[in-house]
Amino acid sequence: MTGQSSQFHTIVTTVENKPGVLARVAGLFARRGFNIESLAVAPTADERFSRITFTVDVASSRLDQVVKQLDKLINVVEIRELNPAESVERELMLVTVDADSAAGRRHELLALIDDFRAYVLDENQSTMMLSLAARPARLDEFEESLRDYGIVQLQRTGRVALPALAT
Amino acid sequence: MKLNGGQALVKTLEREGVEVVFGLPGGAILPVYDPIIESPIRHILVRHEQGAGHMAEGYAQATGRPGVVMITSGPGATNVVTALCDAYMDSIPLVCITGQVPYPAIGTDAFQECDTTGITMSVTKHNFLVTEAQDLPRIIHEAFHIASTGRPGPVLVDVPKDIVDPTNARSAMTWYEPTDDLMELPGYRPVGAGDPELVSAAAKLICEAERPVIYAGGGILKARAASVLAELAELIDVPVVTTLMARGAFPDSHELCLGMPGMHGNYTAVTAMQRSDLLIALGARFDDRVTGRVDGFAPDAKIIHVDIDAAELGKVRAPDVGIRGDCKLVIAEMIRALRECGGASAQPDRRAWRSQISGWQERYPLVYEQSEPGERLKAQYVLEVLRDATPDDTIVTSGVGQHQMWTSQFWNFDHPYTWINSGGLGTMGFSIPAAIGAKVGKPDRMVWAVDGDGCFQMTAQELVTASTENIPIKVALFNNAYLGMVRQWQELFYEERYSEVYLSYEVPDYVKWAEAMGCEALRVESPEEVAPAIAKANEINDRPVVVEFRSAAGENVFPMVPAGRSNSEIVLDPSQR
Repeated sequence: MTGQSSQFHTIVTTVENKPGVLARVAGLFARRGFNIESLAVAPTADERFSRITFTVDVASSRLDQVVKQLDKLINVVEIRELNPAESVERELMLVTVDADSAAGRRHELLALIDDFRAYVLDENQSTMMLSLAARPARLDEFEESLRDYGIVQLQRTGRVALPALAT
Repeated sequence: MKLNGGQALVKTLEREGVEVVFGLPGGAILPVYDPIIESPIRHILVRHEQGAGHMAEGYAQATGRPGVVMITSGPGATNVVTALCDAYMDSIPLVCITGQVPYPAIGTDAFQECDTTGITMSVTKHNFLVTEAQDLPRIIHEAFHIASTGRPGPVLVDVPKDIVDPTNARSAMTWYEPTDDLMELPGYRPVGAGDPELVSAAAKLICEAERPVIYAGGGILKARAASVLAELAELIDVPVVTTLMARGAFPDSHELCLGMPGMHGNYTAVTAMQRSDLLIALGARFDDRVTGRVDGFAPDAKIIHVDIDAAELGKVRAPDVGIRGDCKLVIAEMIRALRECGGASAQPDRRAWRSQISGWQERYPLVYEQSEPGERLKAQYVLEVLRDATPDDTIVTSGVGQHQMWTSQFWNFDHPYTWINSGGLGTMGFSIPAAIGAKVGKPDRMVWAVDGDGCFQMTAQELVTASTENIPIKVALFNNAYLGMVRQWQELFYEERYSEVYLSYEVPDYVKWAEAMGCEALRVESPEEVAPAIAKANEINDRPVVVEFRSAAGENVFPMVPAGRSNSEIVLDPSQR
């Protein structure tokens, strides 16, 4: 996954928390030929609703169609397109690295973890499981830095976002 | 009041004002069919679920009320998918109730189980899977609300058997009146009036335009906006084209009416749009069959686009002024804005434009050559005779293909809701069931189904429904022994290499077939037999009538804009080239 480019847009939708709603949204993207780059779904503070955060890869002329078509879904209550400059985006990564082969460099690895403010969630003789919640671009950097040590497994959640607070 | 879910479902339909249901029972929907016996709702027993769907569409288009379908699970549900998709494409309000296997059996591949809501998700405006009997009145009410408001469309309600089966404890419910305040649709907010600033901007564009054309689409009919459309056209004295979905929305006999644009539209309608400097698109969606190659469509025109569906604005062509709103309300606002800035007197002198248009009309009318003695009939001739021999308010339905285009071209539609066809999906076999539905909705009107031999063979079994339910429709069946429109494309674009388009004049014997289905049947082979046969058919009102017209196999529909070409490359009838 790469960071923000002009083709990527973040759309935050509030949907009814009902069975099948994600299928409706995903089906709409598929049949209208839109590509989902990243997706995160979870209930909101009000359990009647869920929030779906997408990153979509479309030219801005088609973004208008994405938003309008989404708005036609009966279960979609609200849609916001978030301008990266006016929003806060976060993503979570879990990653297991080969700490064994890096035996001589464990020190460096711990410094890297510290530098990125990542956490060690679990460890054994040979591997360490780390977590980092940060801006997606920051996760990209962390991922890149860990490659040297050998990534065993990696899982990212897809980004979530909220509008930045007014000053 | 304690009811079971089946009783509650039928009672809710009654409360919604449903007078007729088109359906066919089966295992999963059985419990709902029991209370139907006592209900004042008329049930029409179809012979195939697709027929039920098209009947409901015909009913909805003729009456403006949602058509209702009730069928069983599995194959019942899959058989109605074509009709749902047809209704979705043409924005027709339907409520389709499907039986489903009992809720605990869902997902087990039970007998006649299919994922109905999954299958129909992309061909309905919305669908529901009801899980509790107590929810039935509310959800059915929501279904009618969604189907008939905003941009209308089909809504499906999937009902598991256990919540309607009186022998199952899960079917118990306490009755309540399904009212608007109980609806739980936080994400559904259909719009009404347009933005006043945009309406003013539209009025300004109209007052500056030298070569404007009103491009009226099916949304005019959905919004019941035909009379305000006429008022607008007359106020600004601007010609109107009516798309395939809007035939009858503006009277063909009106001097401002240019008729149908598009792939088989007449030269004047196509060319006036192409040369215009302002298209006033009202409830139209810039369909590819209207625009031809999009980047060559109406190249000098600014666009005012009014549609109730925001997603239509800019989907195909970016508007200069795009107004989301109900056509009837927005047109009324436009009229007010135009009057405020001077009304008719504020309009530029458009005499040159008008005379250019009348020049095209004189030079390039719709034409065909009458058959020579001994040759097969020309469908266009038969349609002219039929048009002249039937009342002005006759409802005409059609299937899909050459006969559909000729009917749209040669009929004279002077009233809204007299033309019912399958526009967006292009569903062969639409005509007969749609005519049945229209006749059920408007029993006092004459209803003619114009059909082709290919179409007839897809849904003719519904004539059994028409006979047994006493629905006396009339069918003009054009038997040219071919899948005519496909044959035409093979002639023009595949070097006359005819592949799998021949059907035969003799087999089936349509007269015998129609008679076997309880219809009066006539066969017509020469021009002098046409008028007497139609007169006879018009006299018969105690059963359906099928008139088979043996018509010319090699006849093509012109004008024609070849697929993928610009509308400027319109091909005229050979006699006009």
